[in-house]
Amino acid sequence: MTTAPMSLPRRLARRPQHQPCRPLRRGDVAVIASLTLLAILVLVPIYVMVAAGFKSPAQADASHMWELPKSLDFSGYSGAWSSLGPNFVNSLLIAVPATLISSMIGAINGYVFAKMPFRGHNVVFLAMLLGMFIPYQVILVPMVRFLQEAQLYGTLQGLVLVHVIYGIPITTLIFRNYYSQIPTDLVHAAHVDGASHQQVFRHIMLPLSLPGFVVCGIFQFTNIWNDFIFGITVVPNPDSQPMTVALNNLSGNFSVDWNVVMAGAVLAALPTALIYVFLGRYYVRGLTAGSVK
Amino acid sequence: MRLLRTSRAGGGLRAPAAPAAPVPADASTARRARDRVSWWRAHRFQVLALAPSALLLLIFVYGFIAYTLRVSLSKWQGIAPTLDLEHPIGKTYQVLAETPRFQADMRNVIVFTVLFLALAVIGGLIMAILVYDTMVARGLFRSIFLFPYALSFIVTGVVWRWVFTPSTGANLILDRLGVDHPPGWITDPRVAGDVSGALEKVIPGGDFIQVKLGIPLALIPVVIAASWQLAGFAMANFLAALGAVPPELREAASLDGATWWQYQRRIVLPLLWPMIVAVGVILAHVSLKSFDLVYAMTGQGPGFATDVPGIFVFDQTFRALRWNLGAAASMVMFVLVAAVILPYLYRRTLKEAR
Repeated sequence: MTTAPMSLPRRLARRPQHQPCRPLRRGDVAVIASLTLLAILVLVPIYVMVAAGFKSPAQADASHMWELPKSLDFSGYSGAWSSLGPNFVNSLLIAVPATLISSMIGAINGYVFAKMPFRGHNVVFLAMLLGMFIPYQVILVPMVRFLQEAQLYGTLQGLVLVHVIYGIPITTLIFRNYYSQIPTDLVHAAHVDGASHQQVFRHIMLPLSLPGFVVCGIFQFTNIWNDFIFGITVVPNPDSQPMTVALNNLSGNFSVDWNVVMAGAVLAALPTALIYVFLGRYYVRGLTAGSVK
Repeated sequence: MRLLRTSRAGGGLRAPAAPAAPVPADASTARRARDRVSWWRAHRFQVLALAPSALLLLIFVYGFIAYTLRVSLSKWQGIAPTLDLEHPIGKTYQVLAETPRFQADMRNVIVFTVLFLALAVIGGLIMAILVYDTMVARGLFRSIFLFPYALSFIVTGVVWRWVFTPSTGANLILDRLGVDHPPGWITDPRVAGDVSGALEKVIPGGDFIQVKLGIPLALIPVVIAASWQLAGFAMANFLAALGAVPPELREAASLDGATWWQYQRRIVLPLLWPMIVAVGVILAHVSLKSFDLVYAMTGQGPGFATDVPGIFVFDQTFRALRWNLGAAASMVMFVLVAAVILPYLYRRTLKEAR
């Protein structure tokens, strides 16, 4: 699990140089046909979800799930928003602060690991990194007891704290990779000029860190928004639960119309989907941070 | 940074074991104090920067795992918390191993991991090679394939549950195609390829296992949903690795008369192998931890056909209040994940640093 997040788009963009445009051959047609088929298969569940959300209650029976909506009906969305709206806001109130705080901590840690190696830094790094791979089931009981003692059980602040702590390994990893791409000579030069470590970090590293924060921020936001296990164990009160937990409850409630459930699924998917569509380039850098050497 | 590092305190000359005179002792104490000050001055930033995170993770990861281990060895069941040790120690683990539901969970998670790895890695590989090779709309296809990764497992589970509910979804299409007996998908309790009868003959004490050892059919839709969500992740990583394949190799191969298939099989695949292993390890650990997707899509399934350890821990701990049993099962999960991830992490961080 290491190192340099790389710029995927740049590498792909380089390719046409060595393979100049040429007329399509039979092989190319086969490639495009297979890709189209695969894309349709991948999009089928998305279609089902989006189409169902726009169906009228009369058409909102799962036995009509493949049909296009007969008319654009927003009752599914208004129904979903009236029951999931507060939870949508909860998820924002959890994910935004937790993302900001854990990214900041990750930047400081990542700077130390990338630019100020000390004896045994690899062991410390490995020990910290392990925290992002553990199955969270193995810490849930002490976590719940701790939050109860700290009067944070069932609160949004409690969930923010949990996400910040268990976000530290991945944010540290992303920033370590990011900072190791920045030339160390920059740091040396600043030290020669008499800058302290704090000054180097604040005045040289942080101003260069915006892309790192974007990568780390959208990755963390997606992780936290999509979290389920902490949400369901730490918050028993339905009004304070995050979006994923509320959606799961809604979907298990068989008195709720199917178009409402599917509209709810679209709402739950919307923030991360929008981030993906508009910031996809940074998104890929975050996710390959895990495995790219 | 090497320049700024001072030598570590206490690493100086080692005096022979002679009774030290009072004056040199004072001098060495003073030197050690001075060394300590300069060490602190050189490392102040690192210590202050890392200490809060390191301390938090020490408590919230390692301390909490130790606590869970202690719970798993305790008598704690029901409302009143107790850490009194169970007698004989480790009895809870024996109870766990004999629990049919947990036996089914271990079978399920192993079958699930194998099938899911095969489908997601091969699917991701096909996507990556095709996307890399296409002359048009490369970005579009890449975005479509990766899109499911941005969604929550809960959304995936909620939607796919309806695709594989027998009365709706896939069976509506099969019905239109004239299939008489469509599959029961997530409601099918059968276990295919049951080998437990054969196992009992081979292994003495094989009758200890009370569940059928085979492929639970209801698990297959879950494998498809999980692969749908994560094949794009595999693809993105494979594309990154494909970008590092020297383009000259392709020209050289085609000059030597290699076909498209030979090029992919003999040149691309070996070069991609380290990445395939990396993706495999990451996906395997995701699969061993699986909880959300199964919880939202099928739950325990018919006859625990889709139950996994992640759900078992949750149910035993927070529903049945059998804290020690839940903790023991979570320790099993932890050991499984660690066995997959630790060798990989060790190789990636410690060995490569040398």
